[in-house]
Amino acid sequence: MILDKLLLISVVFAALWTVMTRSLLKAALGLAVTSALIAVILFRLDSPLAGVFELSVCAGLITAVFVSAISLMKPLTHKETIALSRARIKKYWPLPIIISAVILIFSASTVPTSIRVLPEAMEQNVQNVLWNSRSLDLFGQIVIVLAGVFGTVILFRESNKKP
Amino acid sequence: MIALIIVLFVAGLYCILVTRNLMRVLIGLELLTKAVTLLLIVAGYATGRQALAQAIVITLIMIEVVVIAVMAGVILSIFRHTGSLDASNVKNLKG
Repeated sequence: MILDKLLLISVVFAALWTVMTRSLLKAALGLAVTSALIAVILFRLDSPLAGVFELSVCAGLITAVFVSAISLMKPLTHKETIALSRARIKKYWPLPIIISAVILIFSASTVPTSIRVLPEAMEQNVQNVLWNSRSLDLFGQIVIVLAGVFGTVILFRESNKKP
Repeated sequence: MIALIIVLFVAGLYCILVTRNLMRVLIGLELLTKAVTLLLIVAGYATGRQALAQAIVITLIMIEVVVIAVMAGVILSIFRHTGSLDASNVKNLKG
């Protein structure tokens, strides 16, 4: 129970850090930490496969994409950084207050367990659902991955035009 | 748990609404997706349909990765073209 509460508090702080930090690189790392903590929560909610995907893909692959994209961009000068950080404080000061209000309002609400029956649904495992019930999803996933691959190839392709 | 989902959603939405930096918009979108992932798993846990919830979450993560990769490419192209990540620079799109 204490571990669960610690996890929830850590996710809130990691999400706040991600949104409020000045550096883009630190924001990307904060996002990776948020993903890793969410993966632990998914493990604790009896969803190990989703947890593994969250940990490997979201905390790993997406962070690598973010860091690569950020490293290809020009860093800000010291003057620009100071000017931006002043503007950021003005923009982001209401966020901790809003989040505290949300936690105060919704902290009492719990997940309803009265609807938790359906033994025939519980017997199914993920492999059965994914390959039998949701097989059309797999077709969609293949199409989306191919679209992503071709889109990325086109976007990152070097221009052949001579200056 | 519901409070955490709402906190993640609010943080992501705030990030998207307040900033003009395209990379931060993408990070906000990612936080919104995290909230949806957690919501799906919690709903699956509450109804006893973890298998279905996990199958849907796997599909969601695949879509998320592709969206992030393509959007990162688009943002990089915008940066090379305009020299900035400010969203106001791409207001005037010309065909």
